[in-house]
Amino acid sequence: MRMTGAEMLMESLKREGVDTIFGYPGGAVLYIYDALARSSIRHVLVRHEQAAAHAADGYARATGKVGVCLATSGPGATNLVTGIATAHMDSVPLVAITGQVNTSLLGRDSFQEADITGITMPITKHSFLVKETRQIGPVVREAFHIARSGRPGVVVVDLPKDVTAREDDFSYPPAVSLGQKEGTGDDQIDWEDIQRRIINAERPVICAGGGIVISGAEEQLRKFAETLRVPVTTTLMGLSAFPADHPLSLGMLGMHGTRYANYAIMEADLLVAIGVRFDDRVTGNIESFAPNATIIHIDVDPAEIGKNVSPGLAVVQDAGEALSRLMKGLPRAGKEARNGWLGEIKSWKESNPLKYKDSDEVIKPQKVVEEISRITGGEAVVSTDVGQHQMWVAHYYCFHRSRSFLTSGGLGTMGYGLPAAIGAQFGRPESTVVAVLGDGGFQMNSQELATVALYQLPIKICLLNNGFLGMVRQWQELFFEGRYSAVDMGGNPDFVRLAEAYGLTARRVTAAREVTSALEWAFEERGPVLVEFAVDPLENVYPMVPAGGTLREMIG
Amino acid sequence: MRHTVTALVENSPGVLTRVAGLFSRRGFNIDSLAVGVTEDPRISRMTIVVEGSEATLEQLTKQLNKLINVIKVTDLKDSESVARELALVKIAVEPAQRAQITQLVDIFRGKIIDMGRQSVIVELTGDETKVDAFLNLARDFGIKEVVRTGRIAMARGMKSMEYQKEEKQNGQNIL
Repeated sequence: MRMTGAEMLMESLKREGVDTIFGYPGGAVLYIYDALARSSIRHVLVRHEQAAAHAADGYARATGKVGVCLATSGPGATNLVTGIATAHMDSVPLVAITGQVNTSLLGRDSFQEADITGITMPITKHSFLVKETRQIGPVVREAFHIARSGRPGVVVVDLPKDVTAREDDFSYPPAVSLGQKEGTGDDQIDWEDIQRRIINAERPVICAGGGIVISGAEEQLRKFAETLRVPVTTTLMGLSAFPADHPLSLGMLGMHGTRYANYAIMEADLLVAIGVRFDDRVTGNIESFAPNATIIHIDVDPAEIGKNVSPGLAVVQDAGEALSRLMKGLPRAGKEARNGWLGEIKSWKESNPLKYKDSDEVIKPQKVVEEISRITGGEAVVSTDVGQHQMWVAHYYCFHRSRSFLTSGGLGTMGYGLPAAIGAQFGRPESTVVAVLGDGGFQMNSQELATVALYQLPIKICLLNNGFLGMVRQWQELFFEGRYSAVDMGGNPDFVRLAEAYGLTARRVTAAREVTSALEWAFEERGPVLVEFAVDPLENVYPMVPAGGTLREMIG
Repeated sequence: MRHTVTALVENSPGVLTRVAGLFSRRGFNIDSLAVGVTEDPRISRMTIVVEGSEATLEQLTKQLNKLINVIKVTDLKDSESVARELALVKIAVEPAQRAQITQLVDIFRGKIIDMGRQSVIVELTGDETKVDAFLNLARDFGIKEVVRTGRIAMARGMKSMEYQKEEKQNGQNIL
C-alpha cells in the first residue's frame, strides 16, 4: 500500500494498539502532526517535551502498556532526555519518537539538529535512525517489541523530516527477527533444590522489586509468601506489589526502609530476591548486606545476576513464571511454621514502628499522606516527585493495588510527579489519581497545570510545601552541621493563585485541624484540584541509614 | 587477567559506538578491539581484549549480550584458540644496515613490504609477545612508526561461532 512516511507511522502505531501519545510539535515533525490530526490516535499536547516523556512513562507504569511520546528534532528531542533516562532506569516500556532534520542535512550542524540516537545511547535499550521511508513499519514493529519484551526499556525512533514526507510501499512484518540470546534455560534450574532451601530455611525473607509489578506477578507473590509463611519486604519500585497491610509485609527496606525490614535482612538466613537489582539505596554497605543469608536471585535480566551482589543461586526468568514454577508441588507450611522467626519480626514491628510526632500546632507531612491513604482507601494511583515527600508516601500510603505507585526510583527525577499523573489519568480515566508533590519538584514542571486544565483531568494535586528542598536540607542538617546551602525556596509563588491562574480550583491549608476536611473536599470535587499544605519546614525522614552505612545502623 | 572476547554483531552504523560506549560507561578496560566483516556481509566480528577479573568478564559478556545489535558473544580461552595480530613497523635503516634488518625480519618470519633509501616497512604477524619482542630489537635501528591491528582470535578445531537469527513473536523475550 502506498502512503507517506508519516502515515506509515500512524498506521504502525495503530497496529501496536497505541491510542494516546504525548507530544509537542515542531518543524521536523510537521508531516507527522499532519498525519496525526487525520488519524484516530489521541494526541495530548503538553507544555514542555520533558513532560511528554514523563506523561508517557506515567501512562506506561499505570497501565502496563507501552507509552509513546513525540517531539521535534534538536531541542525538542534533547528535552526528552531526562524523561527517557527516568523511564530507562525504572525499566518502563517507552517508545520515544523524535523528528530529525532532512537526511541531506544530517551531520552538518543544521538548524535544530541534534544526534539524539547518539545522545541517548547510554540511557536507552535501543535506538533507530530511520533513513528510508519503507523501513518505518519494520522499525516501529521492532521498537515496540524491544520496549515491552524481557526487561522493558526505552526505544528511540528518530525520523528525518524527508523520510516522513516521502511516499513508499508500507509493510508491517508479522514477526521480528532479532539475534539469539541466551538465558538460563528452565531445564538447567533445580527447582526442587530451591523449594527445599526455602522450606528448610529458618529465617527466610522475600525481597520483591519492580520486576513483580512489570511481570504482573502480585498474586503469585502473595500466594507464595502465604504458602511458605515467609515475610516480604519490597523495594521502592516494588511497593505496590505486596499489600502494605498484609501480616507478612515488612514494608520497604534500605536507606529509608523500616527498621524491621532492615533488621530482618540482617538476621535472615535465606533471601529470595525477585525482580530487584540491589541498588545502593537498598543495600547500604554492600559488604555487610544480608551477611548471614544465602541469596537466591530471580531476575529476567541475566546481567543483573552478580552485578552488585553474588547470589548463591540464580534464576534468569520472568518473576511471574519463576514464581508459578516454584509453586508447583510446594507443600503448604504448617500453621506453626517459623513461629519463632515471625514472632521475632512481630516484636521488632511493635517496638520499632514507623512513627512521627503529630502536632496540633503545625501540619505534619506524614499526617497528610496518612489521611490521603485513609480517604482513598489505598486505592488511588499516586505519583510523586523526589525527596522527603516521596519517602513519606512510601512509608505512610497503604498501597495494595499493583501499578498504583508512580515514582522515579532509579534516576530520582524531580518534576516527575505532575506529568506522570497526567499520563496515568489518561491511561486510567476511571481511577483516582493523586500527585503528591513537594514545592521544589512541582516547580520543575508546574507549566503542566495548563495540560491538566486543558483536558480537565480530575487529578488531585497535594502539594506538601515546606519551603525547602527538604531532603537536601535534611542531609545538610545531619551531615554538614546544619550549614544550609541553597535549600531555602524563598521566592516560591503563591501556589493557590498559580493554580487558579490556570483555571484550577485550589485551597491552602495552614492549620493541622483542617487537613482532613480539605482532603475530603478535594476528593469530592469533580475536576482538577490543588491543595497546598503548609507543612512543618524542619520535619525529617526517619528512620535513615546514612549513605554507605550498614542496614543495622539506623538513625531516627 | 586478560581475556579475549569475540562478538558477532550486525554490520550496521553505530554498532561500534554502542559497544565502545558500553565499555567506557561500565568501566571495562579495553586493551585492543579489532573489527571486520565476516563471510556474511550482514555480520561483523569483533575481537576485544579486556583486562579484568572473572566477575568483570561475566558482567561484560552479559552487558554485551543485552545490546540488540550484538548477535553472539564468546569468551575465547587461550588454550582453546589461536590468536594473531598484525603489525606494520617503519624502521630507519641506513643502506649499510640492510642486511642486518633483513636477517632480523627473517628470524621473526616477517616481511619487508616497502623499502626506501633510509627506511623499510616490516609486516609482522604473531601474538603480542612476538610483536613486542621484535619491536624491542628493532628499537636499536630506530622505529619511526608502528601500527598494530590488535588481537584477532578464533577457536581451534571444528568449533565455530554459529548463530541463528530467530523469528520472535510478540511477547517473546528480548533481554
